[in-house]
Amino acid sequence: MLGPFDYVVNVLGFLAEVYLVVRLCVSKNSLRYFSLSIYMLAAGTVTVGGIFVLRHFGISSPMYQYFYYYTDALLTISLFFVIMSFYQQVFQQMGVGRYVRSASVLLLSATALFSYLVVRQNTDHLTSRFVVEMGQNLYFVGVVLTYLLWGAIVKLRETRTRLIQLVLALGIFFSADAATYAMRNLFPGLQMSFLKFIPPLVGLFLPLAWAYTFTKIPEDARLETSRVVAPRMAAHQHS
Amino acid sequence: MIAALICVISLAVLLQFFVSYSRSIIAAYRKSELSEQVCEVAGIEGQRVTSEQFGRLVQLVRLCPQRGDDSTDLQVIGIYYRMMGLLRSTARTLAPRITAWAERESVDCAYFLAVALDRRIAYSRDLLAQQMSDR
Repeated sequence: MLGPFDYVVNVLGFLAEVYLVVRLCVSKNSLRYFSLSIYMLAAGTVTVGGIFVLRHFGISSPMYQYFYYYTDALLTISLFFVIMSFYQQVFQQMGVGRYVRSASVLLLSATALFSYLVVRQNTDHLTSRFVVEMGQNLYFVGVVLTYLLWGAIVKLRETRTRLIQLVLALGIFFSADAATYAMRNLFPGLQMSFLKFIPPLVGLFLPLAWAYTFTKIPEDARLETSRVVAPRMAAHQHS
Repeated sequence: MIAALICVISLAVLLQFFVSYSRSIIAAYRKSELSEQVCEVAGIEGQRVTSEQFGRLVQLVRLCPQRGDDSTDLQVIGIYYRMMGLLRSTARTLAPRITAWAERESVDCAYFLAVALDRRIAYSRDLLAQQMSDR
């Protein structure tokens, strides 16, 4: 059954997700951040659905396991669209929106094809090890995409504080999850002791960080990237 | 092998993103000037906050009523300050430049807290004024 920790994380996460959707609608920004709104709506629905499945089938049921891992994979893929929308915002002034759209369609097709091939090869043993590996790979694609986006932001000296914070929070989310899944793959014994707490906490961090950004950082706020980048990257930028 | 590689790369990237995210939060607060009141309460002289004042500032912030919008930031910066403290103590003898950088970052963390305290004091004052006018 769910413990107090799970309830607190789920409820807080759900509230932050709903708040973000409402906030974006009220501030008439839902079209500008369309994929982000859709992701948050989907994440909120999955949170509620997860609790429903859990109460009906129990935490150790295969039904809940499948629900958890496959909705997680779908949400991760939908986050790729959020990354693509950030790419579009960064490259907006360069007029390369068409290329970004093409790249996102290509990326989605490649991800779908890869997932299909992997699932087809593993239909006889869709085990927990398989879903952990798939989660690890999907999150790592997210890490690479976000890191490239962050590199572009630094190189192009992007100054929009809101965009910078949204991308950085996404980077923390993807890299923490990818590292956790990889550690789980390497040391399965650590899962029950502490690794199981990390994905829910990181999953809570993302909507909270984004909610903070949309609430506190105005759209026209500006920030020099040189003040933000870690020292080694700053040295590259100045050279 | 692949899992180990993904783990190492992800942890390195996580560290970089976390440092940048913390610095973006601090940079947003760095633009604010401290009020005379908060300088007096926290014992800050001439807007110059030291890294040693961090602990005291944390205690003062905890005493003030929450505004409800800065708790995530406070936690992030708390972790960042502890990370910098660890870096300062481990790199002290080996790399003085890293120690100096970590010290500057710790000062910025303390300044962030001073601004947070300032905002909470202003919030408490508004709350009190509102209550007085309601009576």
